[in-house]
Amino acid sequence: GRACLSHTEPRARDGRSGEEEEEEEEEGCYQLYPGHIPTSPLQKALLAAGSAFMALYDPYRHDMVAVLGETTGCLALPNLRDKMKHHPEGYRILQERPRIRLSTLDMAKLRGLPDGSLGREYIRFLEDNKVSPDTRMPPKFVDDEELAYVIQRYREVHDLMHTLLGMPTTILGEVVVKWFEAVQTGLPMCVLGAAFGPIHLSARNLQLLATELAPWAIRSGRNASCILNVYYEQRWEQSVASLREEIGIFPPP
Amino acid sequence: AAAGLCPCRALLARRGGALRALCGSVRGLAVGPETHFGFQTVTEAERREKIYHVFESVAKKYDVMNDSMTLGIHRVWKDILLHKMNPSPGTLLLDVAGGTGDIAFRFINYVRSAQERQLQRKLKHHQNLSWREISESYQEDKFKSLGDSQVVVCDINKEMLKVGKQKAQHLGYSEGLSWVLGNAEELPFDDDKFDVYTIAFGIRNVTRIDLALQEAYRVLKPGGRFLCLEFSHVSNPLLSRLYDLYSFQVIPVLGEVIAGDWKSYQYLVESIRRFPPQEELKAMIEDAGFFKVDYQNLNSGIVAIHSGFKL
Repeated sequence: GRACLSHTEPRARDGRSGEEEEEEEEEGCYQLYPGHIPTSPLQKALLAAGSAFMALYDPYRHDMVAVLGETTGCLALPNLRDKMKHHPEGYRILQERPRIRLSTLDMAKLRGLPDGSLGREYIRFLEDNKVSPDTRMPPKFVDDEELAYVIQRYREVHDLMHTLLGMPTTILGEVVVKWFEAVQTGLPMCVLGAAFGPIHLSARNLQLLATELAPWAIRSGRNASCILNVYYEQRWEQSVASLREEIGIFPPP
Repeated sequence: AAAGLCPCRALLARRGGALRALCGSVRGLAVGPETHFGFQTVTEAERREKIYHVFESVAKKYDVMNDSMTLGIHRVWKDILLHKMNPSPGTLLLDVAGGTGDIAFRFINYVRSAQERQLQRKLKHHQNLSWREISESYQEDKFKSLGDSQVVVCDINKEMLKVGKQKAQHLGYSEGLSWVLGNAEELPFDDDKFDVYTIAFGIRNVTRIDLALQEAYRVLKPGGRFLCLEFSHVSNPLLSRLYDLYSFQVIPVLGEVIAGDWKSYQYLVESIRRFPPQEELKAMIEDAGFFKVDYQNLNSGIVAIHSGFKL
Protein backbone atom coordinates (compact mmCIF):
# COMPACT_ATOMS: atom_id res chain seq x y z
CA GLY A 1 0.00 0.00 0.00
CA ARG A 2 2.68 2.51 0.85
CA ALA A 3 4.60 2.24 -2.39
CA CYS A 4 1.51 3.21 -4.28
CA LEU A 5 0.48 6.03 -2.14
CA SER A 6 3.88 7.59 -1.68
CA HIS A 7 5.88 8.20 -4.74
CA THR A 8 9.35 7.07 -3.73
CA GLU A 9 11.08 6.13 -6.97
CA PRO A 10 12.77 9.04 -8.70
CA ARG A 11 11.58 9.61 -12.20
CA ALA A 12 13.63 10.25 -15.31
CA ARG A 13 14.44 13.91 -15.27
CA ASP A 14 13.95 14.72 -18.89
CA GLY A 15 10.77 16.60 -18.14
CA ARG A 16 12.77 19.65 -17.22
CA SER A 17 12.54 21.55 -20.47
CA GLY A 18 8.87 21.27 -21.19
CA GLU A 19 6.24 19.53 -19.16
CA GLU A 20 6.50 18.24 -15.66
CA GLU A 21 4.39 15.36 -14.55
CA GLU A 22 2.01 16.32 -11.86
CA GLU A 23 2.73 14.45 -8.68
CA GLU A 24 -0.71 13.10 -8.09
CA GLU A 25 -0.57 9.98 -10.26
CA GLU A 26 -0.84 7.61 -7.34
CA GLU A 27 -3.81 9.41 -5.97
CA GLY A 28 -5.17 9.66 -9.47
CA CYS A 29 -5.09 5.90 -9.66
CA TYR A 30 -6.84 5.45 -6.33
CA GLN A 31 -9.08 8.45 -6.09
CA LEU A 32 -12.50 6.99 -5.39
CA TYR A 33 -14.43 10.22 -5.47
CA PRO A 34 -13.62 13.87 -6.09
CA GLY A 35 -11.64 15.21 -3.19
CA HIS A 36 -10.57 11.76 -2.01
CA ILE A 37 -7.04 11.57 -0.61
CA PRO A 38 -5.97 7.95 -0.14
CA THR A 39 -4.08 7.42 3.09
CA SER A 40 -2.12 4.60 4.64
CA PRO A 41 -3.14 3.20 8.04
CA LEU A 42 -0.21 5.03 9.63
CA GLN A 43 -1.30 8.30 8.10
CA LYS A 44 -4.85 7.73 9.30
CA ALA A 45 -3.63 7.06 12.83
CA LEU A 46 -1.49 10.20 12.78
CA LEU A 47 -4.35 12.21 11.36
CA ALA A 48 -6.73 10.93 13.99
CA ALA A 49 -4.36 11.85 16.81
CA GLY A 50 -3.41 15.20 15.30
CA SER A 51 -6.94 16.24 14.48
CA ALA A 52 -8.20 15.23 17.92
CA PHE A 53 -5.56 17.38 19.55
CA MET A 54 -6.09 20.30 17.20
CA ALA A 55 -9.87 20.20 17.51
CA LEU A 56 -9.58 20.52 21.27
CA TYR A 57 -6.82 23.12 21.11
CA ASP A 58 -8.61 25.33 18.60
CA PRO A 59 -12.36 24.72 18.60
CA TYR A 60 -12.77 26.88 15.52
CA ARG A 61 -11.00 24.26 13.43
CA HIS A 62 -14.15 22.56 12.22
CA ASP A 63 -12.11 20.90 9.52
CA MET A 64 -10.26 19.00 12.24
CA VAL A 65 -13.49 17.69 13.70
CA ALA A 66 -14.42 16.53 10.23
CA VAL A 67 -11.06 14.81 9.71
CA LEU A 68 -11.36 13.13 13.10
CA GLY A 69 -14.75 11.78 12.12
CA GLU A 70 -13.45 10.40 8.86
CA THR A 71 -10.35 8.75 10.23
CA THR A 72 -12.04 7.09 13.19
CA GLY A 73 -15.31 6.12 11.60
CA CYS A 74 -14.18 2.83 10.07
CA LEU A 75 -16.49 0.77 12.24
CA ALA A 76 -19.38 3.11 12.77
CA LEU A 77 -19.80 4.15 9.15
CA PRO A 78 -20.37 0.68 7.71
CA ASN A 79 -22.79 0.11 10.58
CA LEU A 80 -24.72 3.21 9.63
CA ARG A 81 -24.66 2.28 5.99
CA ASP A 82 -26.12 -1.11 6.77
CA LYS A 83 -28.84 0.44 8.89
CA MET A 84 -29.72 2.59 5.93
CA LYS A 85 -29.68 -0.32 3.53
CA HIS A 86 -32.12 -2.30 5.60
CA HIS A 87 -34.66 0.49 5.89
CA PRO A 88 -36.87 1.41 2.93
CA GLU A 89 -36.44 5.16 3.27
CA GLY A 90 -32.75 4.86 4.08
CA TYR A 91 -32.25 2.61 1.09
CA ARG A 92 -33.84 5.17 -1.16
CA ILE A 93 -31.55 7.84 0.22
CA LEU A 94 -28.53 5.69 -0.56
CA GLN A 95 -29.78 5.19 -4.08
CA GLU A 96 -30.80 8.73 -4.84
CA ARG A 97 -27.98 10.45 -2.89
CA PRO A 98 -29.79 13.71 -2.12
CA ARG A 99 -27.62 16.64 -1.05
CA ILE A 100 -28.71 19.48 1.20
CA ARG A 101 -27.23 22.60 -0.29
CA LEU A 102 -28.34 26.13 -0.90
CA SER A 103 -28.46 25.36 -4.58
CA THR A 104 -30.76 22.39 -4.07
CA LEU A 105 -33.06 23.99 -1.51
CA ASP A 106 -35.93 26.20 -2.57
CA MET A 107 -35.46 28.80 0.16
CA ALA A 108 -38.43 30.92 -0.78
CA LYS A 109 -40.79 27.96 -0.72
CA LEU A 110 -39.48 26.73 2.61
CA ARG A 111 -39.79 30.16 4.12
CA GLY A 112 -43.37 30.27 2.97
CA LEU A 113 -44.30 27.12 4.84
CA PRO A 114 -46.33 27.44 8.04
CA ASP A 115 -44.59 27.95 11.38
CA GLY A 116 -43.83 24.71 13.11
CA SER A 117 -43.23 22.87 9.88
CA LEU A 118 -39.81 21.30 9.36
CA GLY A 119 -38.97 23.51 6.39
CA ARG A 120 -39.90 26.75 8.12
CA GLU A 121 -38.13 25.88 11.35
CA TYR A 122 -35.03 24.74 9.47
CA ILE A 123 -34.81 28.06 7.66
CA ARG A 124 -35.40 29.86 10.93
CA PHE A 125 -32.54 27.90 12.50
CA LEU A 126 -30.20 28.75 9.62
CA GLU A 127 -31.06 32.43 9.80
CA ASP A 128 -31.03 32.75 13.60
CA ASN A 129 -27.65 31.12 13.91
CA LYS A 130 -26.32 32.61 10.69
CA VAL A 131 -25.18 29.30 9.27
CA SER A 132 -25.43 27.78 5.86
CA PRO A 133 -25.62 24.17 4.75
CA ASP A 134 -22.83 24.83 2.29
CA THR A 135 -20.12 25.05 4.89
CA ARG A 136 -19.93 21.33 5.46
CA MET A 137 -16.54 19.85 4.61
CA PRO A 138 -16.59 17.25 1.86
CA PRO A 139 -15.03 13.97 2.96
CA LYS A 140 -11.39 13.38 2.05
CA PHE A 141 -10.07 10.42 3.98
CA VAL A 142 -12.88 7.88 3.77
CA ASP A 143 -11.72 5.02 1.59
CA ASP A 144 -15.10 3.94 0.32
CA GLU A 145 -17.24 5.96 -1.97
CA GLU A 146 -20.57 4.92 -0.44
CA LEU A 147 -19.34 5.50 3.10
CA ALA A 148 -18.11 8.91 1.98
CA TYR A 149 -21.69 9.68 1.06
CA VAL A 150 -22.92 8.38 4.39
CA ILE A 151 -20.66 10.71 6.32
CA GLN A 152 -21.52 13.57 4.00
CA ARG A 153 -25.21 12.89 4.65
CA TYR A 154 -24.57 12.80 8.38
CA ARG A 155 -22.89 16.21 8.16
CA GLU A 156 -25.65 17.73 6.10
CA VAL A 157 -28.33 16.35 8.37
CA HIS A 158 -26.59 17.81 11.43
CA ASP A 159 -28.36 21.15 11.05
CA LEU A 160 -31.67 19.35 10.87
CA MET A 161 -30.74 17.66 14.13
CA HIS A 162 -30.32 21.09 15.64
CA THR A 163 -33.77 21.96 14.37
CA LEU A 164 -35.42 18.80 15.65
CA LEU A 165 -33.70 19.02 19.02
CA GLY A 166 -34.28 22.74 19.24
CA MET A 167 -30.63 23.45 20.06
CA PRO A 168 -28.75 26.58 18.91
CA THR A 169 -25.17 26.58 17.62
CA THR A 170 -23.69 27.69 20.93
CA ILE A 171 -21.12 25.40 22.47
CA LEU A 172 -23.75 24.03 24.83
CA GLY A 173 -26.16 23.43 21.97
CA GLU A 174 -23.48 21.69 19.93
CA VAL A 175 -22.49 19.47 22.81
CA VAL A 176 -26.10 18.40 23.37
CA VAL A 177 -26.46 17.53 19.71
CA LYS A 178 -23.19 15.61 19.94
CA TRP A 179 -24.54 13.53 22.82
CA PHE A 180 -27.58 12.71 20.75
CA GLU A 181 -25.50 11.88 17.68
CA ALA A 182 -23.06 9.82 19.72
CA VAL A 183 -25.84 7.54 20.86
CA GLN A 184 -27.43 7.48 17.43
CA THR A 185 -24.41 6.93 15.22
CA GLY A 186 -21.69 5.53 17.45
CA LEU A 187 -19.17 7.66 15.59
CA PRO A 188 -16.08 8.03 17.79
CA MET A 189 -15.87 11.66 16.79
CA CYS A 190 -19.30 12.29 18.30
CA VAL A 191 -18.38 10.39 21.43
CA LEU A 192 -15.17 12.38 21.83
CA GLY A 193 -16.96 15.62 21.08
CA ALA A 194 -19.64 14.82 23.62
CA ALA A 195 -17.07 13.85 26.25
CA PHE A 196 -14.56 16.66 25.71
CA GLY A 197 -16.74 19.45 24.38
CA PRO A 198 -17.92 20.36 27.88
CA ILE A 199 -14.37 21.49 28.72
CA HIS A 200 -15.22 24.82 27.16
CA LEU A 201 -18.45 25.27 29.09
CA SER A 202 -19.17 27.52 32.04
CA ALA A 203 -20.12 25.94 35.35
CA ARG A 204 -23.75 26.90 35.02
CA ASN A 205 -24.02 25.45 31.53
CA LEU A 206 -22.18 22.37 32.67
CA GLN A 207 -24.74 21.81 35.37
CA LEU A 208 -27.58 22.34 32.93
CA LEU A 209 -25.97 19.86 30.59
CA ALA A 210 -25.42 17.24 33.22
CA THR A 211 -28.77 17.43 34.93
CA GLU A 212 -31.21 18.07 32.12
CA LEU A 213 -29.93 18.26 28.59
CA ALA A 214 -27.55 15.33 28.30
CA PRO A 215 -29.90 12.79 29.91
CA TRP A 216 -32.68 13.96 27.61
CA ALA A 217 -30.39 13.76 24.58
CA ILE A 218 -29.31 10.24 25.53
CA ARG A 219 -32.85 9.05 26.12
CA SER A 220 -33.98 10.53 22.84
CA GLY A 221 -31.03 9.08 21.02
CA ARG A 222 -31.77 5.64 22.35
CA ASN A 223 -35.45 5.84 21.68
CA ALA A 224 -35.24 7.33 18.22
CA SER A 225 -34.91 5.36 15.03
CA CYS A 226 -31.88 6.02 12.87
CA ILE A 227 -31.88 9.69 11.91
CA LEU A 228 -30.20 8.96 8.62
CA ASN A 229 -33.18 6.93 7.56
CA VAL A 230 -35.41 9.92 7.17
CA TYR A 231 -35.78 11.52 3.77
CA TYR A 232 -35.95 15.05 5.12
CA GLU A 233 -36.19 16.66 1.72
CA GLN A 234 -39.54 15.02 1.24
CA ARG A 235 -40.88 16.11 4.57
CA TRP A 236 -40.51 19.84 4.64
CA GLU A 237 -44.23 20.30 5.11
CA GLN A 238 -44.42 17.92 8.02
CA SER A 239 -44.59 19.61 11.40
CA VAL A 240 -41.55 19.37 13.64
CA ALA A 241 -43.64 17.97 16.47
CA SER A 242 -45.05 15.16 14.38
CA LEU A 243 -41.66 14.33 12.90
CA ARG A 244 -40.21 14.20 16.36
CA GLU A 245 -42.87 11.79 17.44
CA GLU A 246 -42.38 9.66 14.35
CA ILE A 247 -38.65 9.39 14.87
CA GLY A 248 -38.91 9.04 18.62
CA ILE A 249 -37.24 12.21 19.85
CA PHE A 250 -38.67 13.40 23.14
CA PRO A 251 -39.72 17.04 23.33
CA PRO A 252 -36.87 19.29 24.47
CA PRO A 253 -36.88 20.37 28.13
CA ALA B 1 -7.13 18.32 -19.57
CA ALA B 2 -8.57 17.35 -16.22
CA ALA B 3 -11.98 16.57 -17.63
CA GLY B 4 -10.47 14.21 -20.10
CA LEU B 5 -8.55 12.47 -17.37
CA CYS B 6 -11.48 11.79 -15.08
CA PRO B 7 -13.03 8.85 -16.94
CA CYS B 8 -9.62 7.22 -17.08
CA ARG B 9 -9.20 7.77 -13.40
CA ALA B 10 -12.62 6.39 -12.53
CA LEU B 11 -11.94 3.44 -14.76
CA LEU B 12 -8.60 2.76 -13.18
CA ALA B 13 -10.05 3.12 -9.71
CA ARG B 14 -12.40 0.22 -10.16
CA ARG B 15 -9.68 -2.27 -10.89
CA GLY B 16 -7.80 -3.60 -7.93
CA GLY B 17 -4.18 -4.62 -7.64
CA ALA B 18 -3.37 -4.97 -11.31
CA LEU B 19 -3.69 -1.25 -11.24
CA ARG B 20 -0.21 -0.79 -9.92
CA ALA B 21 1.33 -2.59 -12.86
CA LEU B 22 -0.84 -0.70 -15.27
CA CYS B 23 0.14 2.61 -13.76
CA GLY B 24 3.79 1.63 -13.89
CA SER B 25 3.78 0.71 -17.55
CA VAL B 26 1.71 3.71 -18.52
CA ARG B 27 4.14 5.93 -16.69
CA GLY B 28 6.90 4.54 -18.87
CA LEU B 29 4.92 5.49 -21.95
CA ALA B 30 4.25 9.05 -20.82
CA VAL B 31 7.80 10.11 -20.07
CA GLY B 32 8.79 10.20 -23.72
CA PRO B 33 6.75 12.16 -26.24
CA GLU B 34 3.89 14.22 -24.90
CA THR B 35 0.80 12.31 -23.94
CA HIS B 36 -2.37 13.02 -22.11
CA PHE B 37 -3.29 9.42 -21.25
CA GLY B 38 -3.80 8.86 -17.55
CA PHE B 39 -1.57 11.46 -15.94
CA GLN B 40 -1.66 15.09 -15.25
CA THR B 41 1.20 16.19 -17.40
CA VAL B 42 1.35 19.92 -16.94
CA THR B 43 2.78 22.68 -19.04
CA GLU B 44 5.32 25.14 -17.66
CA ALA B 45 2.67 27.81 -17.34
CA GLU B 46 0.37 25.50 -15.41
CA ARG B 47 3.19 24.50 -13.11
CA ARG B 48 4.05 28.10 -12.32
CA GLU B 49 0.44 28.81 -11.53
CA LYS B 50 0.02 25.76 -9.33
CA ILE B 51 3.15 26.61 -7.35
CA TYR B 52 1.99 30.20 -6.95
CA HIS B 53 -1.24 28.92 -5.44
CA VAL B 54 0.61 26.53 -3.13
CA PHE B 55 2.61 29.35 -1.59
CA GLU B 56 -0.32 31.69 -1.54
CA SER B 57 -2.18 29.23 0.61
CA VAL B 58 0.71 28.21 2.89
CA ALA B 59 2.15 31.71 3.42
CA LYS B 60 0.53 32.41 6.76
CA LYS B 61 1.51 29.09 8.27
CA TYR B 62 4.84 28.82 6.47
CA ASP B 63 7.06 29.41 9.48
CA VAL B 64 5.00 27.26 11.85
CA MET B 65 5.05 24.44 9.35
CA ASN B 66 8.80 24.74 8.81
CA ASP B 67 9.38 24.42 12.52
CA SER B 68 7.02 21.46 12.81
CA MET B 69 8.27 19.56 9.81
CA THR B 70 11.96 19.96 10.56
CA LEU B 71 11.57 20.07 14.33
CA GLY B 72 13.24 23.46 14.25
CA ILE B 73 16.33 22.18 12.46
CA HIS B 74 15.75 24.46 9.47
CA ARG B 75 16.94 27.30 11.71
CA VAL B 76 20.29 25.58 12.13
CA TRP B 77 20.58 25.04 8.38
CA LYS B 78 19.98 28.71 7.74
CA ASP B 79 22.47 29.71 10.42
CA ILE B 80 25.06 27.49 8.74
CA LEU B 81 24.36 29.19 5.43
CA LEU B 82 25.05 32.56 6.98
CA HIS B 83 28.26 31.35 8.58
CA LYS B 84 29.42 30.04 5.26
CA MET B 85 28.59 33.34 3.66
CA ASN B 86 30.43 35.20 6.42
CA PRO B 87 29.34 38.61 5.16
CA SER B 88 31.36 41.61 6.13
CA PRO B 89 29.77 45.01 6.74
CA GLY B 90 29.09 46.75 3.46
CA THR B 91 27.87 43.63 1.68
CA LEU B 92 24.95 43.91 -0.69
CA LEU B 93 22.87 40.72 -0.58
CA LEU B 94 20.10 39.60 -2.88
CA ASP B 95 17.93 36.93 -1.28
CA VAL B 96 15.76 35.36 -3.93
CA ALA B 97 12.59 33.44 -3.07
CA GLY B 98 13.24 34.96 0.32
CA GLY B 99 9.56 35.37 1.08
CA THR B 100 9.24 35.39 4.82
CA GLY B 101 12.67 36.87 5.39
CA ASP B 102 14.51 34.21 7.36
CA ILE B 103 17.79 34.67 5.50
CA ALA B 104 17.47 38.45 5.35
CA PHE B 105 16.98 38.81 9.09
CA ARG B 106 19.87 36.50 9.84
CA PHE B 107 22.05 38.50 7.46
CA ILE B 108 21.17 41.72 9.25
CA ASN B 109 21.89 40.20 12.64
CA TYR B 110 25.20 38.79 11.44
CA VAL B 111 26.38 42.03 9.91
CA ARG B 112 25.23 44.04 12.89
CA SER B 113 27.18 41.92 15.33
CA ALA B 114 30.20 41.93 13.03
CA GLN B 115 29.99 45.69 12.93
CA GLU B 116 29.73 45.88 16.71
CA ARG B 117 32.76 43.68 17.14
CA GLN B 118 34.66 45.86 14.71
CA LEU B 119 33.66 48.94 16.65
CA GLN B 120 34.79 47.41 19.92
CA ARG B 121 38.12 46.46 18.42
CA LYS B 122 38.50 49.97 17.11
CA LEU B 123 37.73 51.47 20.50
CA LYS B 124 40.23 49.18 22.23
CA HIS B 125 43.02 50.20 19.86
CA HIS B 126 42.23 53.85 20.11
CA GLN B 127 42.50 54.24 23.87
CA ASN B 128 45.43 56.60 23.68
CA LEU B 129 44.56 59.04 20.95
CA SER B 130 45.91 62.53 20.82
CA TRP B 131 43.38 65.32 21.47
CA ARG B 132 43.49 66.30 17.81
CA GLU B 133 42.63 62.77 16.71
CA ILE B 134 39.75 62.70 19.15
CA SER B 135 38.31 65.95 17.80
CA GLU B 136 38.65 64.64 14.28
CA SER B 137 36.70 61.53 15.16
CA TYR B 138 33.74 63.69 16.20
CA GLN B 139 33.52 64.94 12.66
CA GLU B 140 33.28 61.48 11.18
CA ASP B 141 29.99 60.37 9.74
CA LYS B 142 27.43 59.08 12.19
CA PHE B 143 28.14 55.45 12.93
CA LYS B 144 25.97 53.14 10.91
CA SER B 145 24.97 50.05 12.74
CA LEU B 146 24.85 48.03 9.57
CA GLY B 147 27.82 49.68 7.91
CA ASP B 148 26.18 50.15 4.53
CA SER B 149 25.16 46.52 4.28
CA GLN B 150 21.91 45.96 2.54
CA VAL B 151 19.66 43.06 1.73
CA VAL B 152 17.05 42.95 -0.99
CA VAL B 153 14.42 40.26 -0.55
CA CYS B 154 12.92 39.20 -3.84
CA ASP B 155 9.96 36.83 -4.15
CA ILE B 156 7.46 36.01 -6.85
CA ASN B 157 4.61 35.56 -4.40
CA LYS B 158 2.77 38.55 -2.94
CA GLU B 159 1.45 36.64 0.07
CA MET B 160 4.88 35.46 1.12
CA LEU B 161 6.27 38.99 0.85
CA LYS B 162 3.36 40.28 2.87
CA VAL B 163 4.11 37.81 5.66
CA GLY B 164 7.79 38.77 5.47
CA LYS B 165 7.07 42.48 5.78
CA GLN B 166 4.79 41.89 8.74
CA LYS B 167 7.47 39.81 10.42
CA ALA B 168 10.07 42.51 9.83
CA GLN B 169 7.85 45.10 11.41
CA HIS B 170 7.07 42.83 14.33
CA LEU B 171 10.73 41.98 14.95
CA GLY B 172 11.94 45.52 14.41
CA TYR B 173 13.93 45.20 11.19
CA SER B 174 13.78 48.23 9.01
CA GLU B 175 17.21 49.55 8.13
CA GLY B 176 19.00 48.12 5.13
CA LEU B 177 16.08 45.94 4.09
CA SER B 178 13.94 46.15 0.99
CA TRP B 179 11.23 43.94 -0.50
CA VAL B 180 10.81 43.41 -4.22
CA LEU B 181 8.25 41.40 -6.12
CA GLY B 182 10.10 39.53 -8.83
CA ASN B 183 10.65 36.30 -10.72
CA ALA B 184 13.91 34.39 -10.23
CA GLU B 185 13.84 33.51 -13.92
CA GLU B 186 13.74 37.18 -14.88
CA LEU B 187 15.06 39.41 -12.12
CA PRO B 188 14.18 43.10 -12.06
CA PHE B 189 17.72 44.20 -11.38
CA ASP B 190 20.65 45.53 -13.38
CA ASP B 191 23.75 43.52 -14.21
CA ASP B 192 26.66 43.30 -11.80
CA LYS B 193 24.85 44.69 -8.80
CA PHE B 194 25.12 42.32 -5.85
CA ASP B 195 27.93 40.89 -3.78
CA VAL B 196 26.05 37.78 -2.73
CA TYR B 197 23.04 35.98 -4.16
CA THR B 198 21.22 33.47 -2.01
CA ILE B 199 18.26 31.24 -2.66
CA ALA B 200 17.15 29.16 0.30
CA PHE B 201 14.57 26.42 -0.28
CA GLY B 202 13.38 28.31 -3.30
CA ILE B 203 15.18 26.99 -6.35
CA ARG B 204 13.20 23.77 -6.12
CA ASN B 205 10.06 25.69 -6.96
CA VAL B 206 11.53 27.48 -9.95
CA THR B 207 10.29 26.03 -13.21
CA ARG B 208 13.38 26.82 -15.29
CA ILE B 209 16.32 26.40 -12.98
CA ASP B 210 18.79 27.11 -15.78
CA LEU B 211 17.26 30.56 -16.32
CA ALA B 212 17.36 31.31 -12.62
CA LEU B 213 21.04 30.39 -12.50
CA GLN B 214 21.76 32.58 -15.52
CA GLU B 215 19.99 35.47 -13.88
CA ALA B 216 21.95 34.89 -10.69
CA TYR B 217 25.14 35.12 -12.71
CA ARG B 218 23.99 38.27 -14.41
CA VAL B 219 23.10 40.29 -11.33
CA LEU B 220 26.17 39.33 -9.32
CA LYS B 221 29.22 41.57 -9.39
CA PRO B 222 32.47 40.04 -10.61
CA GLY B 223 33.84 38.30 -7.53
CA GLY B 224 30.30 37.82 -6.27
CA ARG B 225 29.14 34.61 -4.64
CA PHE B 226 26.18 32.38 -5.40
CA LEU B 227 24.80 30.35 -2.51
CA CYS B 228 21.98 27.89 -2.71
CA LEU B 229 20.46 26.08 0.26
CA GLU B 230 18.13 23.32 -0.80
CA PHE B 231 16.83 19.87 -0.04
CA SER B 232 18.94 17.31 -1.77
CA HIS B 233 19.50 13.59 -2.02
CA VAL B 234 20.36 11.19 0.72
CA SER B 235 22.64 8.42 -0.41
CA ASN B 236 22.70 6.41 2.79
CA PRO B 237 20.05 3.72 2.15
CA LEU B 238 18.84 3.31 5.71
CA LEU B 239 18.57 7.01 6.33
CA SER B 240 16.94 7.42 2.94
CA ARG B 241 14.20 4.98 3.85
CA LEU B 242 13.55 6.63 7.19
CA TYR B 243 13.54 10.02 5.51
CA ASP B 244 11.06 8.80 2.89
CA LEU B 245 8.86 7.30 5.55
CA TYR B 246 8.85 10.52 7.51
CA SER B 247 8.36 12.69 4.43
CA PHE B 248 5.47 10.79 2.94
CA GLN B 249 3.71 9.56 6.04
CA VAL B 250 4.11 12.42 8.48
CA ILE B 251 4.55 15.65 6.57
CA PRO B 252 1.24 15.71 4.66
CA VAL B 253 -0.51 14.87 7.94
CA LEU B 254 1.23 17.82 9.59
CA GLY B 255 0.12 19.95 6.67
CA GLU B 256 -3.49 18.89 7.13
CA VAL B 257 -3.53 19.29 10.90
CA ILE B 258 -1.60 22.54 11.19
CA ALA B 259 -2.36 24.34 7.97
CA GLY B 260 -5.50 22.52 6.83
CA ASP B 261 -3.71 21.81 3.56
CA TRP B 262 -2.64 18.27 2.74
CA LYS B 263 -2.03 18.78 -0.93
CA SER B 264 0.51 21.59 -0.67
CA TYR B 265 2.69 19.55 1.61
CA GLN B 266 2.28 16.46 -0.51
CA TYR B 267 3.57 18.63 -3.35
CA LEU B 268 6.47 19.74 -1.19
CA VAL B 269 7.76 16.25 -0.39
CA GLU B 270 7.33 15.12 -3.96
CA SER B 271 9.11 18.18 -5.34
CA ILE B 272 12.07 17.34 -3.12
CA ARG B 273 12.29 13.91 -4.73
CA ARG B 274 12.07 15.50 -8.17
CA PHE B 275 14.89 17.97 -7.64
CA PRO B 276 18.34 17.21 -9.13
CA PRO B 277 20.84 15.60 -6.77
CA GLN B 278 24.01 17.34 -5.60
CA GLU B 279 26.31 16.58 -8.52
CA GLU B 280 23.72 17.39 -11.13
CA LEU B 281 22.95 20.73 -9.56
CA LYS B 282 26.66 21.44 -9.35
CA ALA B 283 26.94 20.83 -13.10
CA MET B 284 24.02 23.14 -13.78
CA ILE B 285 25.62 25.89 -11.71
CA GLU B 286 28.86 25.46 -13.62
CA ASP B 287 26.94 25.67 -16.87
CA ALA B 288 25.68 29.09 -15.87
CA GLY B 289 29.26 30.31 -15.76
CA PHE B 290 30.16 30.03 -12.10
CA PHE B 291 33.58 28.91 -10.98
CA LYS B 292 34.84 27.02 -7.97
CA VAL B 293 31.45 25.40 -7.61
CA ASP B 294 31.19 23.16 -4.61
CA TYR B 295 28.62 21.75 -2.25
CA GLN B 296 28.39 20.85 1.39
CA ASN B 297 25.96 18.22 2.63
CA LEU B 298 24.07 18.86 5.83
CA ASN B 299 22.48 16.00 7.70
CA SER B 300 23.83 13.40 5.27
CA GLY B 301 22.35 15.08 2.24
CA ILE B 302 18.88 15.91 3.44
CA VAL B 303 19.97 19.46 2.73
CA ALA B 304 22.91 20.76 0.71
CA ILE B 305 24.55 24.15 0.31
CA HIS B 306 25.91 24.80 -3.16
CA SER B 307 28.34 27.64 -3.69
CA GLY B 308 29.87 29.24 -6.77
CA PHE B 309 31.72 32.41 -7.72
CA LYS B 310 31.42 34.78 -10.62
CA LEU B 311 34.98 35.45 -11.58
